[in-house]
Amino acid sequence: MTIQTTETEARRAWMGLLAKAAPARLDALLGEVGDLPDFTWLRRPEAGGVMVRGRMGGTGQPFNLGEMTVTRCALQIAGGAVGHAYVQGRDKRHAEQAALVDALMQTERAGDLRRTVLDRLAAERAARAEGRAAKAAATRVDFFTMVRGED
Amino acid sequence: MQTEALTGGFANPPVEASRGFRAALNALARPGTIETVAGAEAPAPVSTAAAVLLLTLCDAETPLYLAPGHDGQAVRDWIAFHIGAPIADAGEAMFALGTWEALQPLAPYRAGTSEYPDRSVTLIVEMETLEQKGARLTGPGIREAAHLSLPEIAAFQANRAAFPLGRDFYFCAGDRLAGLPRSTMVEAG
Repeated sequence: MTIQTTETEARRAWMGLLAKAAPARLDALLGEVGDLPDFTWLRRPEAGGVMVRGRMGGTGQPFNLGEMTVTRCALQIAGGAVGHAYVQGRDKRHAEQAALVDALMQTERAGDLRRTVLDRLAAERAARAEGRAAKAAATRVDFFTMVRGED
Repeated sequence: MQTEALTGGFANPPVEASRGFRAALNALARPGTIETVAGAEAPAPVSTAAAVLLLTLCDAETPLYLAPGHDGQAVRDWIAFHIGAPIADAGEAMFALGTWEALQPLAPYRAGTSEYPDRSVTLIVEMETLEQKGARLTGPGIREAAHLSLPEIAAFQANRAAFPLGRDFYFCAGDRLAGLPRSTMVEAG
């Protein structure tokens, strides 16, 4: 059970990373991997809308934040591994490549893909988030009460 | 989840779903005609024609009832991946799938209300064979009379008597399907 949960968590992490990656960047990184296997479609890429829901403060009643466009697909590579992808936007090639990485991550090429694609995507994403946080932090204003005039 | 649950959907959904829908429309509009469909493969015992009907007509907003014999984990997984239809009891279902015997009795299925006769069930009946002989059909969409190998007569006469309420039927055998709307009058052939 624990092993399965850990596997699910890990898969969730890389699927999330692929879903939010920039399509062009993923394409470039996959180009470096080279030698991608043949696959058959289980579900061809299709674009649709999903309702994104949130909870105020993470604990309140769920509310509808808004709709977003997603593209999903499922494929099976030679060897039997099945890859699924739900990615942001309407880029069908992005969905195909994300599903391909998802499938390959379940094979013995996982380590290779993690080094070439996933780790670099994660690092770039972290750097982007940090850059944005730093930019926001530079303009932060703190309010202090210097004198309250009570004594 | 088994691979069987993930395969067997339409290879080209817009085109094949349109063809399936056309066949479904024709079958109901001209009771007694037999349409041939292709493109879907569901786990046994679901026939090709029934799989096409499910893929074409059902989605996440149409509760589906699986009669005993068709209610198995393989079929449920296939429906979950390809269609997403919620599995419901006979009383809440908008579609029902099974053999004629397994679908009995018909009473619990919704037949619509006087205000909304359309809120009724469509039964997808799996048959061994489907032939243009047997029960005599007359009514809208039929020039003089048509014949169809129905599993029984009385149930469809009772269904017609409740018009405009009632239930609609599809009969599937292999890759062939025929329709019987509530407007058709059925007599012993």
